[in-house]
Amino acid sequence: MRQISGNKLLVKALKEEGVDTLFGYPGACTIDISDELYRQSDIRVILPRHEQALVHEADAYARTTGRTGVCLVTSGPGATNLVTGLATANYDSVPLVCFTGQVARHLIGNDAFQEVDIVGITRSITKYGVTVRNRADLGRIIKEAFYIARTGRPGPVLIDLPKDVMAEMGSADYPKDVNIRGYKPNTNVHIGQLKRAIKMLHKAKRPLFLAGGGVNIAGANEAFTEVVDKTGVPVITTVMGRGAIPTNHPLFVGNLGMHGAYAANMAVSECDLLFSIGTRFNDRITGKLHAFAPHAKIVHIDIDTASISRNISVDVPIVADAKEAVTKMKEYVEACNTKKWQKEIDAWQKEHPLDMRTHAKLGPKDIIDEMNRQFEEAIVVTDVGQHQMFAAQYTEITQKKKMIMSGGLGTMGYGFPGAVGAKLGNPDTPVIAISGDGGMQMNIQEFATAVLEELPVILCVFNNTYLGMVRQWQKLFYGKRYGMTDLRAGALSRRSGGDEKPVYTPDFVKLAESYGAKGIRVTQKEEIEAAFAEAKKNTKVPTLIEFIIDPEEMVYPMIQPGGTLEEMILDC
Amino acid sequence: MDNAIKKRWISLYVENQVGVLSKISGLFSGKSYNLDSLTVGTTEDPTVSRMTIATVSDDETFEQIKKQLNRMVEVIKVIDFTDIFVRMKEILYVKVKKCTRDDKAELFQIADTFKARVIDYGKDSLLLEFVQTATKNDAVVKLLKEEFKNIEVVRGGSVGIESISMMER
Repeated sequence: MRQISGNKLLVKALKEEGVDTLFGYPGACTIDISDELYRQSDIRVILPRHEQALVHEADAYARTTGRTGVCLVTSGPGATNLVTGLATANYDSVPLVCFTGQVARHLIGNDAFQEVDIVGITRSITKYGVTVRNRADLGRIIKEAFYIARTGRPGPVLIDLPKDVMAEMGSADYPKDVNIRGYKPNTNVHIGQLKRAIKMLHKAKRPLFLAGGGVNIAGANEAFTEVVDKTGVPVITTVMGRGAIPTNHPLFVGNLGMHGAYAANMAVSECDLLFSIGTRFNDRITGKLHAFAPHAKIVHIDIDTASISRNISVDVPIVADAKEAVTKMKEYVEACNTKKWQKEIDAWQKEHPLDMRTHAKLGPKDIIDEMNRQFEEAIVVTDVGQHQMFAAQYTEITQKKKMIMSGGLGTMGYGFPGAVGAKLGNPDTPVIAISGDGGMQMNIQEFATAVLEELPVILCVFNNTYLGMVRQWQKLFYGKRYGMTDLRAGALSRRSGGDEKPVYTPDFVKLAESYGAKGIRVTQKEEIEAAFAEAKKNTKVPTLIEFIIDPEEMVYPMIQPGGTLEEMILDC
Repeated sequence: MDNAIKKRWISLYVENQVGVLSKISGLFSGKSYNLDSLTVGTTEDPTVSRMTIATVSDDETFEQIKKQLNRMVEVIKVIDFTDIFVRMKEILYVKVKKCTRDDKAELFQIADTFKARVIDYGKDSLLLEFVQTATKNDAVVKLLKEEFKNIEVVRGGSVGIESISMMER
């Protein structure tokens, strides 16, 4: 029987899994794999400039293509730099298979150079992780990894590859089938339970759909929109669920939660049936638990049994894939009489529409409105902070426009690499990153990757010279003591007692240019349109548009941390 | 559903692999679940280990624990021992040191009463082995601590299996 090295089998396995893009950063323990990848051309190898950005790129690639993202990093620091990205993907249910180099087996445990127990370190933030200890198991483990990553509730899988195992000769076979006795994800929907839930929906006077990220992950959007159209039941979404139905749909009320729309939060508080799909009732959407949806019976469809009745006790639990469940629902649902209920919601919308007062010549909403106008098709990737919440509130999502972000973990530094990964997976779709000046600097080195890969991503940096979301909390709840949030603070401001501050650094426009990208600075509302038009012309290089934003801009409405959904701070 | 905080038992079939014990115990520590006792050993199938886990929790937390265990790839099967008849015992060794002649006589009586065995004997010390429920072992330890100044205790944690016909725990 023909024998091949573990390194060769790995590359063969990737091809059989249909991997076309691999995000890799080399090192001593993976140099043999780099060599194997160099000698083939089916898999495109991307070289990001930092492993954290690398895993975010694979993550965004996966989120926007529906495929599994693949990472390859070396042992030790290469592996530990994955940690934040793994947790990000784990929280948002993103399928990743991450290969980490490991020192040879006889060195494991010796504190060898660049040795870490990465499987141990990442145990609680991966769906599954394993060190390959025998060459004979390699093929099976890779096969299982891809299967585990993409099935059930998707998530990241980590495979640790000791260097000597990979060098060892062994079978050239890559298994076709998977059989893991402890892992049999159930996707089929229990029809009896579903019918019970639908009966409650039909009977309810104030029914409300709550769609979470699970609807988007399962690709249930179209089926769900049909169900909504047929029933006439209004829809609210979580931030991750935004786009479950097009945001311009007449029955879409808004996002709920900490920065949700007034009408959406009021609707939850007043509904008598909350029909939720693919959400885990995170604290950012529920507010104070005992006051959440106080008058409602709750139906909860989720692929993950552990997400059901964890934070909120549920009346009808249904374990199922969102698409399976919603597709089945189409068969059974009927029109509900929601006219009166819709009127109530409309009244809340009129009372406090989602809008913002601008304090300067250029407001966040102006930028997002213009973006909505200029792009009929787009993938919007946000970072984390105020700009993310503005984007979540105002970005229009249709069948041709989607938005991704680090919703669960809230990882700053996701936006830019996320846009790079999304563009690599969707070369024909405009990709726009929305980031703050803080988050942008957390993975700014990816300019090199984006420029060399000729990725014309548009990077919108909302520069307010502060870490704005924390500043917002400080403004509202900490007596305007802006500790650690002023990005111009340093020796000069310390020396002068806060009276003097240097000019903002870095100069984002010059920085972009130094990488060979384009940079535009926008200070006035009137310049936004031209900036986007200019950015669209750059078809080979990224364009950074720096928008100068007033630090006093706030995200409203806001629920005080630990408060109830009905107690919203609307504006100050 | 009564939501009292009480001791509950789980029997777990897991893959007999490196790191599985750490993953299971890590779940309890990472999610702040109480882990009262955990025993593990291989089964008739050397690729499968079986754990007996005791946790003190309310109903809601206990449901979560079972779900979280179930979703782990390495966990093959979760059996809730709360409402089924099981056989469950724990091994307990007690070494009593600096014994007088009277002490020894008393210890033999205690052993007799609790169906324990005296398995080792020294000039001024005795080693007792108890195989009984953890609750009874608690009582024995309490008693011996009161009666004797110098004791050394080691316990194995409970192991349990479903009963065939008996209704005794």
